[in-house]
Amino acid sequence: MLGIGVTDIISIIFMAGGIFFMVTGAVGLLRFPDFYTRLHATGKCDTLGEVLLITGCMIFQGWSFVSVKLFFLIFFIFMANPVGTHAIMKAAYYTGLKPWKKGEERR
Amino acid sequence: MMKRSTIAIFIVMFVFWVLLSACINPLKGHYDHIRIVVGIICAAIATSVSRDLLITGKEDMTLRKTLRLLLYIPWELWQIVLANFDVAYRVLHPKMPIDPRIIEFDTTLRSDFALTTLANSITLTPGTITIDVEPERGRFLVHAIASKAADALLVDQTMQKKVAHVYMEKGGGE
Repeated sequence: MLGIGVTDIISIIFMAGGIFFMVTGAVGLLRFPDFYTRLHATGKCDTLGEVLLITGCMIFQGWSFVSVKLFFLIFFIFMANPVGTHAIMKAAYYTGLKPWKKGEERR
Repeated sequence: MMKRSTIAIFIVMFVFWVLLSACINPLKGHYDHIRIVVGIICAAIATSVSRDLLITGKEDMTLRKTLRLLLYIPWELWQIVLANFDVAYRVLHPKMPIDPRIIEFDTTLRSDFALTTLANSITLTPGTITIDVEPERGRFLVHAIASKAADALLVDQTMQKKVAHVYMEKGGGE
């Protein structure tokens, strides 16, 4: 029916999960009170969101060289994303930005 | 005489080239000779530039550590999924239950690989991001989004023990 196979449905589920986490990261970026907590939202949700989106593309594509390239993308995202988050965090901390404490006003 | 590590890096680089350029396809019996020759030249150049960076020769028992790392990765992936649901819950909850704090703790880890793995794992998992690491004392400075996330590192120390086990450092149960 409608030409939709099982692999299509699985890849759609993965991509929907990825979009959910990307949107959650964006909402967190807007809602959280300060720089450090905002990094929590973007640094984590973006990693899993991107990985789920790419996994969806891999399942959609099947066994091919394109899937191998997408797999390398996942690998490099997993290596680079925490390092980038940590570098921004460290820079902010040593520049003297005070972390938000519970009960303070949001900035 | 060429070192074994140099040859290993050359093979890794060439396999990477083959996978990216699709110049060898045994299923279709397709071999692109020009790209294979270009790949060998490029892999040789990349090896000569990066051979001192990738493998320093200080590590021993590399095979067993790699196997243990492969066992550690699925656990880490599951922790990442849990972390994301935790952050998503805190983002979407109307009252936004967060209580950020900065914590410090010492570990028994000393080698570069172990410290990097732990720092990246902390950044990826429940509500914590590494701010800084002092390699000499194995001291970590971590920003935690809630007290529950901080206790996982301060009290339980599951992650430190697992990483210590992978890299055969002190405190890994050996």
